[in-house]
Amino acid sequence: MELQVQHALNWIEKTNEKIQTNKDYLSALDRAIGDGDHGLNMARGFQEAVGKTTSSSYTSVSDIFKDVAMTLMSKVGGASGPLYGTAFLKMSMAVKGEDSVSHERFTKGVEEAINGIIQRGKAKEGDKTLLDVWTPVLRMLQEQSDFEADSLENTAKSAMESTKDVMAIKGRAAYLKERSIGHLDPGSVSSYYLFASLAEVLKEGE
Amino acid sequence: MSHVGIVLISHSSKVVEGIKDIIRQVVHDVPVEVAGGTDDNDIGTSVEKVQGAIERAYSEKGVLLFFDLGSARMNAEVAIELSEYDNIKIADVPLLEGSYVGAVESGMGKSLEEVLESAKSVLNPNH
Repeated sequence: MELQVQHALNWIEKTNEKIQTNKDYLSALDRAIGDGDHGLNMARGFQEAVGKTTSSSYTSVSDIFKDVAMTLMSKVGGASGPLYGTAFLKMSMAVKGEDSVSHERFTKGVEEAINGIIQRGKAKEGDKTLLDVWTPVLRMLQEQSDFEADSLENTAKSAMESTKDVMAIKGRAAYLKERSIGHLDPGSVSSYYLFASLAEVLKEGE
Repeated sequence: MSHVGIVLISHSSKVVEGIKDIIRQVVHDVPVEVAGGTDDNDIGTSVEKVQGAIERAYSEKGVLLFFDLGSARMNAEVAIELSEYDNIKIADVPLLEGSYVGAVESGMGKSLEEVLESAKSVLNPNH
Protein backbone atom coordinates (compact mmCIF):
# COMPACT_ATOMS: atom_id res chain seq x y z
CA MET A 1 0.00 0.00 0.00
CA GLU A 2 1.08 3.58 -0.65
CA LEU A 3 -0.10 6.71 1.17
CA GLN A 4 -2.30 8.79 -1.11
CA VAL A 5 -3.46 12.38 -0.63
CA GLN A 6 -6.73 11.21 0.93
CA HIS A 7 -4.86 8.99 3.43
CA ALA A 8 -2.70 11.91 4.51
CA LEU A 9 -5.77 14.13 4.95
CA ASN A 10 -7.49 11.40 7.01
CA TRP A 11 -4.34 10.99 9.09
CA ILE A 12 -4.33 14.66 10.12
CA GLU A 13 -8.09 14.61 10.81
CA LYS A 14 -7.92 11.49 12.97
CA THR A 15 -4.95 12.88 14.88
CA ASN A 16 -6.90 16.05 15.53
CA GLU A 17 -9.91 14.04 16.77
CA LYS A 18 -7.76 12.12 19.25
CA ILE A 19 -6.08 15.29 20.47
CA GLN A 20 -9.39 17.13 20.90
CA THR A 21 -10.84 14.14 22.79
CA ASN A 22 -7.78 13.89 25.04
CA LYS A 23 -7.01 17.60 25.34
CA ASP A 24 -7.60 17.73 29.10
CA TYR A 25 -5.71 14.47 29.66
CA LEU A 26 -2.65 15.82 27.80
CA SER A 27 -2.73 19.04 29.80
CA ALA A 28 -3.09 17.10 33.07
CA LEU A 29 -0.01 15.02 32.18
CA ASP A 30 1.83 18.25 31.41
CA ARG A 31 0.70 19.91 34.66
CA ALA A 32 2.36 17.07 36.58
CA ILE A 33 5.84 17.66 35.15
CA GLY A 34 5.69 20.67 32.81
CA ASP A 35 3.84 23.92 32.24
CA GLY A 36 0.40 22.35 31.74
CA ASP A 37 -0.40 23.67 28.29
CA HIS A 38 0.37 20.70 26.03
CA GLY A 39 -3.26 19.68 25.48
CA LEU A 40 -4.43 23.21 24.82
CA ASN A 41 -1.50 23.98 22.51
CA MET A 42 -1.81 20.77 20.49
CA ALA A 43 -5.60 21.10 20.29
CA ARG A 44 -5.29 24.65 18.95
CA GLY A 45 -2.53 23.72 16.50
CA PHE A 46 -4.18 20.63 15.04
CA GLN A 47 -7.60 22.30 14.86
CA GLU A 48 -6.00 25.06 12.78
CA ALA A 49 -4.10 22.47 10.72
CA VAL A 50 -7.33 20.60 9.89
CA GLY A 51 -9.00 23.92 9.13
CA LYS A 52 -6.25 24.54 6.59
CA THR A 53 -6.16 21.06 5.02
CA THR A 54 -9.94 20.69 4.72
CA SER A 55 -10.31 24.08 3.03
CA SER A 56 -7.51 23.46 0.50
CA SER A 57 -7.19 21.07 -2.42
CA TYR A 58 -4.06 18.99 -2.82
CA THR A 59 -2.29 16.98 -5.49
CA SER A 60 0.57 15.76 -3.29
CA VAL A 61 1.11 14.42 0.22
CA SER A 62 4.15 16.69 0.48
CA ASP A 63 2.00 19.84 0.22
CA ILE A 64 -0.32 18.58 2.96
CA PHE A 65 2.60 17.97 5.32
CA LYS A 66 4.01 21.40 4.50
CA ASP A 67 0.74 23.18 5.35
CA VAL A 68 0.47 21.19 8.58
CA ALA A 69 4.08 22.11 9.43
CA MET A 70 3.63 25.84 8.87
CA THR A 71 0.33 25.90 10.78
CA LEU A 72 1.74 24.04 13.79
CA MET A 73 4.80 26.29 13.91
CA SER A 74 2.75 29.47 13.97
CA LYS A 75 -0.22 28.35 16.09
CA VAL A 76 0.95 26.00 18.84
CA GLY A 77 2.85 28.44 21.08
CA GLY A 78 4.82 25.92 23.15
CA ALA A 79 7.86 23.84 22.25
CA SER A 80 5.65 21.29 20.47
CA GLY A 81 5.02 23.90 17.74
CA PRO A 82 8.57 24.10 16.41
CA LEU A 83 9.18 20.39 17.17
CA TYR A 84 6.11 18.91 15.42
CA GLY A 85 6.33 21.68 12.80
CA THR A 86 9.92 20.77 11.99
CA ALA A 87 9.00 17.07 11.89
CA PHE A 88 6.23 17.65 9.33
CA LEU A 89 8.40 20.05 7.32
CA LYS A 90 11.18 17.43 7.06
CA MET A 91 8.65 14.73 6.11
CA SER A 92 7.23 17.09 3.49
CA MET A 93 10.68 17.56 1.96
CA ALA A 94 11.43 13.82 2.05
CA VAL A 95 8.28 12.88 0.10
CA LYS A 96 8.38 15.81 -2.32
CA GLY A 97 7.94 14.94 -5.99
CA GLU A 98 5.90 11.79 -5.32
CA ASP A 99 2.16 11.57 -6.04
CA SER A 100 1.81 8.88 -3.39
CA VAL A 101 4.21 7.79 -0.69
CA SER A 102 5.72 4.29 -0.53
CA HIS A 103 6.64 2.57 2.73
CA GLU A 104 10.30 3.11 1.91
CA ARG A 105 9.83 6.82 1.25
CA PHE A 106 7.70 7.29 4.35
CA THR A 107 10.37 5.58 6.45
CA LYS A 108 12.91 8.02 5.02
CA GLY A 109 10.53 10.85 5.94
CA VAL A 110 10.31 9.70 9.56
CA GLU A 111 14.10 9.45 9.70
CA GLU A 112 14.43 13.03 8.40
CA ALA A 113 11.76 14.19 10.84
CA ILE A 114 13.72 12.69 13.74
CA ASN A 115 16.90 14.42 12.54
CA GLY A 116 14.96 17.68 12.48
CA ILE A 117 13.56 17.12 15.98
CA ILE A 118 17.07 16.37 17.29
CA GLN A 119 18.51 19.47 15.63
CA ARG A 120 15.71 21.65 16.99
CA GLY A 121 15.42 20.29 20.52
CA LYS A 122 18.99 19.06 21.12
CA ALA A 123 17.51 15.93 22.73
CA LYS A 124 18.28 12.25 22.21
CA GLU A 125 16.35 9.03 22.71
CA GLY A 126 15.85 8.35 26.42
CA ASP A 127 15.58 12.01 27.44
CA LYS A 128 11.81 11.61 28.04
CA THR A 129 10.73 13.56 24.95
CA LEU A 130 8.67 12.74 21.87
CA LEU A 131 11.80 11.14 20.40
CA ASP A 132 11.18 8.20 22.75
CA VAL A 133 8.17 7.32 20.56
CA TRP A 134 9.44 8.49 17.16
CA THR A 135 12.73 6.55 17.34
CA PRO A 136 11.28 3.09 18.15
CA VAL A 137 8.67 3.70 15.43
CA LEU A 138 11.47 4.43 12.95
CA ARG A 139 13.32 1.24 13.94
CA MET A 140 10.13 -0.75 13.41
CA LEU A 141 9.54 0.85 10.00
CA GLN A 142 13.12 0.10 8.96
CA GLU A 143 12.69 -3.58 9.86
CA GLN A 144 9.63 -3.95 7.64
CA SER A 145 9.12 -3.66 3.91
CA ASP A 146 5.45 -2.62 3.94
CA PHE A 147 3.06 -0.72 6.24
CA GLU A 148 1.81 -2.88 9.13
CA ALA A 149 -0.91 -1.11 11.06
CA ASP A 150 -0.94 -3.33 14.15
CA SER A 151 2.78 -3.24 14.79
CA LEU A 152 2.80 0.54 14.25
CA GLU A 153 0.07 0.97 16.87
CA ASN A 154 1.69 -1.50 19.28
CA THR A 155 5.21 -0.10 18.92
CA ALA A 156 4.06 3.49 19.46
CA LYS A 157 1.91 2.49 22.43
CA SER A 158 4.55 0.51 24.32
CA ALA A 159 7.17 3.19 23.58
CA MET A 160 4.81 5.85 24.97
CA GLU A 161 4.08 3.78 28.10
CA SER A 162 7.77 3.18 28.79
CA THR A 163 8.43 6.94 29.16
CA LYS A 164 6.75 6.72 32.58
CA ASP A 165 9.76 5.19 34.36
CA VAL A 166 12.32 7.53 32.80
CA MET A 167 13.85 10.68 34.29
CA ALA A 168 13.55 13.73 32.06
CA ILE A 169 16.79 15.17 30.64
CA LYS A 170 15.24 17.68 28.21
CA GLY A 171 12.22 19.94 28.26
CA ARG A 172 10.51 21.69 31.16
CA ALA A 173 10.28 18.36 33.05
CA ALA A 174 14.09 18.18 33.23
CA TYR A 175 14.07 20.89 35.92
CA LEU A 176 12.25 18.40 38.18
CA LYS A 177 14.98 15.74 37.84
CA GLU A 178 13.93 12.57 39.83
CA ARG A 179 10.48 14.04 40.42
CA SER A 180 9.75 13.52 36.70
CA ILE A 181 9.92 9.73 37.16
CA GLY A 182 6.53 8.03 37.40
CA HIS A 183 4.80 10.33 34.93
CA LEU A 184 4.20 9.78 31.20
CA ASP A 185 5.87 12.26 28.87
CA PRO A 186 3.06 14.37 27.34
CA GLY A 187 4.87 14.79 24.00
CA SER A 188 5.25 11.02 23.75
CA VAL A 189 1.52 10.59 24.40
CA SER A 190 0.59 13.06 21.65
CA SER A 191 3.08 11.33 19.33
CA TYR A 192 1.35 8.04 20.15
CA TYR A 193 -1.97 9.61 19.05
CA LEU A 194 -0.28 10.65 15.80
CA PHE A 195 0.98 7.16 14.97
CA ALA A 196 -2.15 5.40 16.27
CA SER A 197 -4.14 7.60 13.88
CA LEU A 198 -1.88 6.60 11.02
CA ALA A 199 -2.42 2.94 11.95
CA GLU A 200 -6.19 3.48 11.72
CA VAL A 201 -5.82 5.08 8.29
CA LEU A 202 -3.69 2.14 7.13
CA LYS A 203 -6.31 -0.35 8.36
CA GLU A 204 -9.08 1.45 6.50
CA GLY A 205 -6.93 1.52 3.38
CA GLU A 206 -6.22 -2.22 3.36
CA MET B 1 25.65 55.26 12.33
CA SER B 2 23.63 52.05 12.27
CA HIS B 3 23.48 49.67 15.22
CA VAL B 4 23.12 45.96 15.75
CA GLY B 5 19.42 45.35 16.40
CA ILE B 6 18.29 43.63 19.59
CA VAL B 7 15.29 41.27 19.70
CA LEU B 8 13.90 40.08 23.04
CA ILE B 9 11.92 36.81 22.98
CA SER B 10 9.99 35.62 26.03
CA HIS B 11 7.00 33.47 26.93
CA SER B 12 5.51 36.61 28.49
CA SER B 13 5.02 39.99 26.81
CA LYS B 14 5.33 41.64 30.24
CA VAL B 15 8.84 40.22 30.67
CA VAL B 16 10.17 41.64 27.40
CA GLU B 17 8.33 44.95 27.74
CA GLY B 18 9.89 45.35 31.19
CA ILE B 19 13.37 44.51 29.96
CA LYS B 20 12.95 46.94 27.08
CA ASP B 21 12.04 49.68 29.59
CA ILE B 22 15.20 48.94 31.57
CA ILE B 23 17.34 49.09 28.41
CA ARG B 24 15.65 52.27 27.14
CA GLN B 25 16.57 54.08 30.33
CA VAL B 26 20.18 54.10 29.14
CA VAL B 27 20.25 53.12 25.45
CA HIS B 28 18.26 55.22 23.00
CA ASP B 29 19.66 54.77 19.48
CA VAL B 30 19.67 50.97 19.25
CA PRO B 31 16.67 49.19 17.72
CA VAL B 32 15.15 47.06 20.50
CA GLU B 33 12.12 45.00 19.49
CA VAL B 34 10.09 42.49 21.47
CA ALA B 35 8.39 39.16 20.70
CA GLY B 36 6.54 38.21 23.89
CA GLY B 37 3.78 35.62 24.26
CA THR B 38 1.76 33.77 21.64
CA ASP B 39 -0.30 35.26 18.79
CA ASP B 40 -3.22 35.38 21.27
CA ASN B 41 -0.97 36.95 23.93
CA ASP B 42 -1.08 33.83 26.07
CA ILE B 43 2.06 32.45 27.71
CA GLY B 44 4.25 30.95 24.97
CA THR B 45 6.17 32.13 21.95
CA SER B 46 5.28 32.84 18.33
CA VAL B 47 7.54 32.42 15.35
CA GLU B 48 5.54 35.11 13.55
CA LYS B 49 6.17 37.60 16.34
CA VAL B 50 9.88 36.78 16.22
CA GLN B 51 9.93 37.26 12.43
CA GLY B 52 8.19 40.62 12.79
CA ALA B 53 10.58 41.77 15.52
CA ILE B 54 13.59 40.81 13.37
CA GLU B 55 12.22 42.85 10.45
CA ARG B 56 11.68 45.91 12.66
CA ALA B 57 15.06 45.64 14.40
CA TYR B 58 17.06 44.90 11.26
CA SER B 59 19.99 47.04 10.15
CA GLU B 60 22.88 46.12 7.86
CA LYS B 61 24.90 45.41 11.01
CA GLY B 62 22.61 42.51 11.80
CA VAL B 63 20.37 41.44 14.66
CA LEU B 64 21.05 39.59 17.91
CA LEU B 65 18.23 37.51 19.43
CA PHE B 66 17.83 36.89 23.17
CA PHE B 67 15.42 34.25 24.55
CA ASP B 68 14.15 32.86 27.84
CA LEU B 69 13.03 29.18 27.85
CA GLY B 70 12.43 26.12 25.65
CA SER B 71 10.25 27.07 22.71
CA ALA B 72 11.64 30.62 22.68
CA ARG B 73 14.98 29.34 21.45
CA MET B 74 13.41 26.90 18.99
CA ASN B 75 11.19 29.59 17.49
CA ALA B 76 14.19 31.92 17.28
CA GLU B 77 16.00 29.26 15.24
CA VAL B 78 12.97 28.70 13.00
CA ALA B 79 12.64 32.45 12.39
CA ILE B 80 16.30 32.69 11.38
CA GLU B 81 15.97 29.73 9.01
CA LEU B 82 12.88 31.29 7.41
CA SER B 83 14.52 34.71 7.03
CA GLU B 84 16.64 35.78 4.08
CA TYR B 85 19.29 37.48 6.21
CA ASP B 86 22.58 35.82 7.05
CA ASN B 87 23.66 38.22 9.80
CA ILE B 88 21.29 37.19 12.58
CA LYS B 89 22.56 35.35 15.63
CA ILE B 90 21.17 33.92 18.86
CA ALA B 91 22.80 34.79 22.19
CA ASP B 92 22.68 31.82 24.58
CA VAL B 93 22.89 33.98 27.70
CA PRO B 94 20.56 35.16 30.50
CA LEU B 95 17.84 37.24 28.81
CA LEU B 96 17.88 40.34 31.02
CA GLU B 97 21.58 40.70 31.77
CA GLY B 98 22.70 39.60 28.32
CA SER B 99 20.40 41.88 26.35
CA TYR B 100 21.20 44.86 28.58
CA VAL B 101 24.96 44.46 28.06
CA GLY B 102 24.39 43.71 24.36
CA ALA B 103 22.31 46.85 23.86
CA VAL B 104 24.93 49.02 25.57
CA GLU B 105 27.68 47.57 23.34
CA SER B 106 25.52 47.97 20.24
CA GLY B 107 25.04 51.63 21.20
CA MET B 108 28.82 52.06 20.96
CA GLY B 109 28.66 51.00 17.34
CA LYS B 110 30.17 47.54 17.83
CA SER B 111 29.80 44.70 15.33
CA LEU B 112 27.42 41.76 15.69
CA GLU B 113 30.27 39.47 16.80
CA GLU B 114 31.52 42.00 19.35
CA VAL B 115 28.05 42.54 20.78
CA LEU B 116 27.56 38.77 21.06
CA GLU B 117 30.91 38.34 22.86
CA SER B 118 30.06 41.10 25.32
CA ALA B 119 26.67 39.57 26.02
CA LYS B 120 28.36 36.23 26.74
CA SER B 121 30.66 37.94 29.26
CA VAL B 122 27.74 38.33 31.70
CA LEU B 123 28.15 34.62 32.44
CA ASN B 124 31.65 35.39 33.73
CA PRO B 125 31.45 38.56 35.84
CA ASN B 126 35.20 38.54 36.60
CA HIS B 127 36.22 39.02 32.95
